[in-house]
This record gives sequence, structure tokens and C-alpha cells, in this order.
Amino acid sequence: MVSKQVKQLDRVIIRFAGDSGDGMQLTGDRFTQESAAFGNDLSTLPNFPAEIRAPQGTLPGVSSFQVHFADHDILTPGDAPDVLVAMNPAALRANLGDLPKGATVIVDTHDFTTRNLTKAGYTANPLDDDSLADYALHPVDLTGLTVAAVKEFGLSRKDAARAKNMFALGLLSWMYGRPVDSTIAFLQRRFAKVADIRDANITAFKSGWNFGETTETFAVSYEIKPAPMPAGTYRNITGNLALAYGLVASGVRSGLPVFLGSYPITPASDILHELSKHKAFGITTFQAEDEIAGIGAAIGASFAGSLGVTTTSGPGIALKSEAIGLAVMTELPLLVVDVQRGGPSTGLPTKTEQADLLQAMFGRNGEAPVPIVAPQSPGDCFDAALEAARIAVTYRTPVMLLSDGYLANGSEPWRIPEIDDLPTIDPDFATGANHPLEDGESDFWPYLRDEETLARPWAIPGTPGLEHRIGGLEKGDGHGNISYDPANHDFMVRTRQAKVDRIADSLPPLQVDDPSGQARVLVLGWGSTYGPIGAGVRRVRKAGYHVAQAHLRHLNPFPKDLGEILERYDKVLVPEMNLGQLSMLLRARYLVDAVGYNHVRGLPLKAAELAEAIGELVAQAEGVDVDLTAPAEEAIS
Amino acid sequence: MTSTELPFPGLRSGVELVPTTDTPQTGKEFTSDQEVRWCPGCGDYAVLKAVQGFLPELGLRRENIVFVSGIGCSSRFPYYLDTYGMHSIHGRAPSIATGIATAREDLSVWVVTGDGDALSIGGNHLIHALRRNVNMTILLFNNRIYGLTKGQYSPTSEPGKITKSTPMGSLDHPFNPVSLALGAEGSFVARTIDSDRKHLTSVLSAAAAHRGTSFVEIYQNCPIFNDGAFDAIKNNDTKADAIIPLVHGEPIRFGAEGGKGLIRDGKTGGVKVAEVADVGEGALLVHDAHNPDPSTAFAISRLTDSGYLNQSPIGIFRQVERPTYDDQARAQIGTASQAAPGAPDERLAALIGGGDTWTVV
Repeated sequence: MVSKQVKQLDRVIIRFAGDSGDGMQLTGDRFTQESAAFGNDLSTLPNFPAEIRAPQGTLPGVSSFQVHFADHDILTPGDAPDVLVAMNPAALRANLGDLPKGATVIVDTHDFTTRNLTKAGYTANPLDDDSLADYALHPVDLTGLTVAAVKEFGLSRKDAARAKNMFALGLLSWMYGRPVDSTIAFLQRRFAKVADIRDANITAFKSGWNFGETTETFAVSYEIKPAPMPAGTYRNITGNLALAYGLVASGVRSGLPVFLGSYPITPASDILHELSKHKAFGITTFQAEDEIAGIGAAIGASFAGSLGVTTTSGPGIALKSEAIGLAVMTELPLLVVDVQRGGPSTGLPTKTEQADLLQAMFGRNGEAPVPIVAPQSPGDCFDAALEAARIAVTYRTPVMLLSDGYLANGSEPWRIPEIDDLPTIDPDFATGANHPLEDGESDFWPYLRDEETLARPWAIPGTPGLEHRIGGLEKGDGHGNISYDPANHDFMVRTRQAKVDRIADSLPPLQVDDPSGQARVLVLGWGSTYGPIGAGVRRVRKAGYHVAQAHLRHLNPFPKDLGEILERYDKVLVPEMNLGQLSMLLRARYLVDAVGYNHVRGLPLKAAELAEAIGELVAQAEGVDVDLTAPAEEAIS
Repeated sequence: MTSTELPFPGLRSGVELVPTTDTPQTGKEFTSDQEVRWCPGCGDYAVLKAVQGFLPELGLRRENIVFVSGIGCSSRFPYYLDTYGMHSIHGRAPSIATGIATAREDLSVWVVTGDGDALSIGGNHLIHALRRNVNMTILLFNNRIYGLTKGQYSPTSEPGKITKSTPMGSLDHPFNPVSLALGAEGSFVARTIDSDRKHLTSVLSAAAAHRGTSFVEIYQNCPIFNDGAFDAIKNNDTKADAIIPLVHGEPIRFGAEGGKGLIRDGKTGGVKVAEVADVGEGALLVHDAHNPDPSTAFAISRLTDSGYLNQSPIGIFRQVERPTYDDQARAQIGTASQAAPGAPDERLAALIGGGDTWTVV
């Protein structure tokens, strides 16, 4: 046994990259679970092609999983990996550009054949020349070692080689001192029915660990201590899972059966899959013939007294637009979940973007206001779903819940909430007549509104005496019969808008993070940019400058104090993964000269680049030179 | 991939789980206070009267009946009935009704639609409702024209039809709604006529009693844009030769004095019209609406003229028992719920607290 050196690090970013069929997502996920169990804070970024099995060995077929873990609170999956594990030449070539000089590169030499090098566009083997001289390169025959390690199980060479991802995981687990029990237990569960495959994977995993410990290739292992976190029970969770749990919780806390009408679409399908497992909560999942039928059935279920939900991505919202308008007109509770992806059209199905904000806001005919709620991190999808349900039920309105591809598949430690701390939602069904008649009797008016919320009564079929008809035609104020009266239409259009505006009365003040109180620049974001913005702001503050940060959960209506907050700052920077959609809304609403910071690369914003943009604005606002490189960078995430 | 045997909740009437009332009801109670605004002479009036007259016979509680429609002249129907109702968006009524029927077993769900609404813009939802066999009754008012948009050809218009949008004649080959419904494996498929109240009511009764998607095509005259489209089957001089009446268990005979009938066509495997005198009564096809194989029903449906309507089979083409989507969806929820006892809050805590967890103190 060689005595190995152990180095302390405060954070590491690892990227596992390989062919789509190499199991990189699973490898990354297991490493993440091990890190979570160890108690690090973490953030992940899966990145994979839309094709299920793109041509083997090619650049488009590369799938990767990045995990950032630390001994302190972190906000993003990290800009640039410290370690790249590349299972083939294409994975190396596709990811090398993201690495800083000095990064560790572990490659599986087995796949560096002439044929695979050519497929990846290499004319010479980069392992043989000095093109990787800037990196700490570790060429290891991961495949060959794996095949040798699992020989006793008598698998075909192909099946044996498939366990190479577990060998790599074992090696990395050794390097970073990860606990291995959960992965071994996982492999036992996963391959319970195929003993030889199970044993081969566990053996490959252990062999990878032992290889790290015994070989001289790796002289150093690292320790990243657990991060201090608020007391509680934690689990690692992706945004889609948290969102699905939030929908389950919305049903439980409202007492309403949840009805999901949905059509499969990337990256939203996992919510459908998850909810379909929870029928015991009275949840119906209806996989419809198309996007329109999905929302149509959800509207029907809402009319019948369920919490109607439809889940989709941007192209699906486009198809559902007319039906969302129907829900606006009929004033029925409805959740419309848009897990945004790169657009327009089919766009980038597996990549993230925030470019559906204006579609959510305006993408319907007529004046059709829809409240918009956006989660800011994977775990926050849970709370955001409950908040969207609260608004939908309380105000009898469709609500748009804007998640995105990064939140959907990315993960973070999530402190599991106590059920008693979750909000309750009161469906407050109408049970009797509400409109007095001259003769002393009374009848039921389906559009007679609550004075505080302007919500109309929710009278569900089966309630005697409240029979009524609703529909897409304009309704007469109060009685709800068809009305073509010009003044009535003007009144109803304004009333529907006023109802959505009233939601702002129920919102808490916007939290502004301005620790010094001296900031002249405010960075305002929404949705999944919360992490990169927070990390960018930290960098700027670390370098000794002042900057304030606020993040919008409610995009429609805005919090009531937003205008006043914007006025307090000389400059407002709005980072978005679009070409300036929130900026446009802010400019129109508050006449504020919002400065956009916009990237649409299908990936989360990079904190370091964003910090530079913040710095420039601070320099302008305060008339000083800003140099962010001055302090030590290692403590910055 | 694997599949599983689904439990069959058992055969029931279409309205078996809907609460009933012992208080006698009248058509007036089902009539809303809204003024009916169809054109004078529109066939929709006759259907509305028939439905208002027929609903009390079901004896269901009025608050447990829901009518859903799409867009078009016929889709104003729910406004005129004092039940729960939704006038939705173009073509989507079957999807909305699917949500209602799946969410609630205690509702009698009806869809009112037209040839444009159901067969053009909403064709997709119609065929999927039929294949799923969701417990609802779909009334398709077929006037073979677009009325509300003022006279364009519809997906059931005859080829060559001169309309506002086809000044040189329509190029579209029409759908035969009954053939389409049979092709989608509808479990109850029928055709009736707006002006024959007795037949209309008998078909509606059978449709309501059927558990699953009941599809009823109703020939309906549009006096403004397509007047006379069904004259041949309404005119006393011609209707005996034009209507081929379908009665389960009876030989299919029509024509003056019942001189014509349907026989097997040995060459094509389909059915054809023959003179009874030529083939003999014994050769006539006996109508079997309960045949699990829809082929013969489909063959009969093909005897409908696709051009001007001089001949059409009328009645219940097919009525077979098949598990319904909504019954089975509720059964799965029931099974899952039984297997997971405990208060919802506790089960929610167990769900979100599952997986690999760790505790920070």
C-alpha cells in the first residue's frame, strides 16, 4: 500500500463525459448522491443530446454530467470543470474548451483508436503529442481494467466493458473520499434480477476505488469537508421531481384531487412519469392525444372540481394558447407548467432557456392576463408549485409556472419541509345561491365576485340549484350569460385584469439583498438564473464592491414594491437566458433603463462572466475602476 | 416492454353511477331562461326539443348532467339547457368531456358538436375519445355545411359542392361520420334524423344507457346555407327508398312494401342492395349490432351516399360492451389508494422524505 497524500479543497467541479450510451448521467447522479450523503453542498448540470443514441463516438453523441460540490454554500454547477473524465476522443474534444489550464483530465485510452479519433475529428492522437501539455493528464485504460476486473463473471466482452462507467465512478469516489455504501446498495437494487451484471458492476466500482488507492498514477486524493447547512433532513432533488412533489402536496393541502392532462415532451415528461406513480393520492394522469387535449381534459377536470394541471414545454404552450384563453374566460383554476427549453420551434429540446416569458405573459388572443410564477432553484420548484396552486384556486385563474431545462434536470440538496409548515389551500366551493331576487328568493350568479379577490364562485356539477353554463363567449357581469354589450365587455376585460393585479395584495415584499446598503447597482433576475446571479454578485462583493440583488418569483403581477425598489438604484442589470424579455416588461411598466445581460447558449449563465458585467456597471455607476481579479478566487463560487 | 391484465370493472349502464331523483321532471325544468337564437327553421330546434323532452325520462338529478360543446351553430346547445354546461373552444369538447367524465363517475356527460367541429378541427379528439371509450354521449349534428361562418363546405359536404370558398366546386372527399366512428372502434355508433323525433329519442335512450362513448350522428337541415340536403330521406315520396332502417335482430329491408334488402356481396365480402323478390327473404342480412367484429357494420355504413344523399342506413350500427377508460382510470386509483392506507399528510411526508436522506443537526 502506497501512502498517499490527502489535500484539502473547499470545492471541486467534475465533469463526466462520454458517449450517450456510456452511462454518464447515471455515473454523475451516483457521484452526486454520494456527495449529498457526505454532506457537501452541491449543484449539478446534466447535458445530453436530444437523440436517444446519437451515432456512437461522434461529437453530437457526447453526453455529460457536471457536479459542483463544496464545503460551503454554493449556487451554481460551476463555470469551468476542475476535472474532466472523458470516456472517448469525442468526449475529450467536445469538453476540452471549457477547461481552465491546469485542470485534471482522466481519459479512457481504450477508445482512442484511429477510427474513433477520426470520428471525433482528430487527425493525430492528442494523448501522444503535447497538445494536452497544459493539463494534468491521466491516461488510463479504464475499459481494459474493467474487463479484466470482471472476468470471473463470464460476461461477453461487450457487457463487461459496459461496467467501465462504474470503474470510473469508483476511481473518482476514491479521489474525493466519497462514501460508497449508497452506490453499492443502488447497484444491488438496480440489477437485483441479473446477478452477473450486478456483481460485475459492483466489482468494477470497487476495482476503480482500489485502482486509485494502489496505483502510482494518482499520488494525491482530496478531502472536501461537509458544508454547514441549516439543521434538518435533506435529500438531493431535481427540479422536475420537486415540482411533481409540489403538485402532490397541492392536492393534499387543498383536499382536491389532482388531474394531470399532459402530452409527453422534453424536458417536462418526467413530471408526468412521476405523478403517474402517485395514484394513491387520488391523482389522475391522462396522457392525451395531443397538447390541446391535455389542457382540455385538465380544464374539464377543473370544471368538475379537480385541481387541473397540464405540463409541457414551450412548443406545447403555443398549442395550448387558445385553451388557456378559455380558462381565463371561464375563470377556472388551472396550473400550466412550462419547462422551458431552447426555441423557437423545436429548438434545443434538451437545453435550457428562459425565452417563454413573453409567451406566458402575452401569448393569447385578446386581453388574457395570466399570473406567472417562476422557481429559482431545483428544490424551489416544490414551493413554487404550491404557490401557483394557491393563486389558481384562490383567484380562479390559470397560472403559468415557468420552470426550465436546467432546473428540471439539475439537482441540489433540499431540506425536506415539515408538512405542517406547508400552506393550506381552500377550494371554497360554492354551495348555495348568492344573488338575492326582488321576491325575497335568491338565485345563483356564476360571475358574482368576491370583493377582496375578485374571484368568481367555483360551483361544481353535482351541486343542486347552481346549474349554470360557462364558455368562451364574453360573459355578462354577475349573471354570466352571453353578453355582446360594449360597456360590459370593456368592464369585464378590465375586471379580469384587475383580478390578476389583485394577486399582488397577497404577495410578500420583494427581498433585496444589499448587505452594505451602499449599492448603486441592482441585479434583478427571475427563474433559474438565481444561482449564477448570486455567484456573480458574491464575486463582485468579494472584490470589495457594492451590489444589490433581488429575484422575482412573481412575474405577473409584479410585487407591489418593485417600482419603488427599482427607483432606489442608479443602474439595474437584468441577466436572462433570452434577449431581454423581463427587461422589456420592466421598461414598459416602470420606465426604468434596465440593462440586459443576455445569453441564449442553451446553458446556464456563467457566474464569472456575469460578474464582469456587474463590475462594469458598478464602475459606471460609482465612477471607479473595478478589478475583480484582485482577491483570492478560491473561496468564490 | 411488459403489459399487465387490466381489471374489468364490469358491465354497467351508462348512467348507473349517476344519482337519480324520484321527483317527476318535466322538459320545462331542463329549459334555461336564455332565448334560443338559431335561424328560423333550423333543425337544431327539433333536436333541442327532443333532448329537453327526453332528459326527464332518464330520471337523473339535473345537477349531475353536464353538456359540453365546441364551436358552431349546434354548440350553442348547452346554453339552452338548465344543466351544468360548457361552451368551449373549436373542436375540443371531447377532450374537455374526457376530463369531466374521468374526474367524476357521478356525472352524465354529453357532447354536442357539428360536422366541422367534430370532423375538421376536432377530428383528433373525436377518434381518440372513441378508441378510449370514455363514458359520454356525443351528438354530432351533421348539416354538411359550415353555418356559423356563413356557408363554406364542410368535411361532410359532397364533392363538387359550390360554396363561398369553392366557387368552382369543392375538391374534398367527404368523411362518412359513421364509417369514421366505426374505424375508430367506437363501441356505440348510430345515426338518426332531426325531424324523426320518435327515432331520435329511441336512439338517444339507447346511447345514454350505453356505458362508453356513444356516438350519434344526427342529420340536421340548415335552411340557410344547405337547405334540402336531406330531402330525399325526409320526403314522404322518396324516404322509403332512401332510408335503410337498422334494427338489431331484424332482416335489413327497405323500399316501398319492403321490396329491397341488404345481402352479402360474395364478390367483395361487403354488403349490397338487392330486390327481395330476386334473392328471397332468407338471403337478407339480419342486423347484428352486437357483433364484436365491426366489419359488417362498416360495410353497411358504406351504403351511405357520399354525394347528394339519396340513400342512407339509419339506426344503431354497433353496440358492444368494452371497458371504459374512465372506469379503469378510477379503478387504478382505487387499487392504489387501498394499498396505501394512512392520512394524506402522513403519506405526503413519507413521499417527500423518501430516497437517500441525511440529517444536519
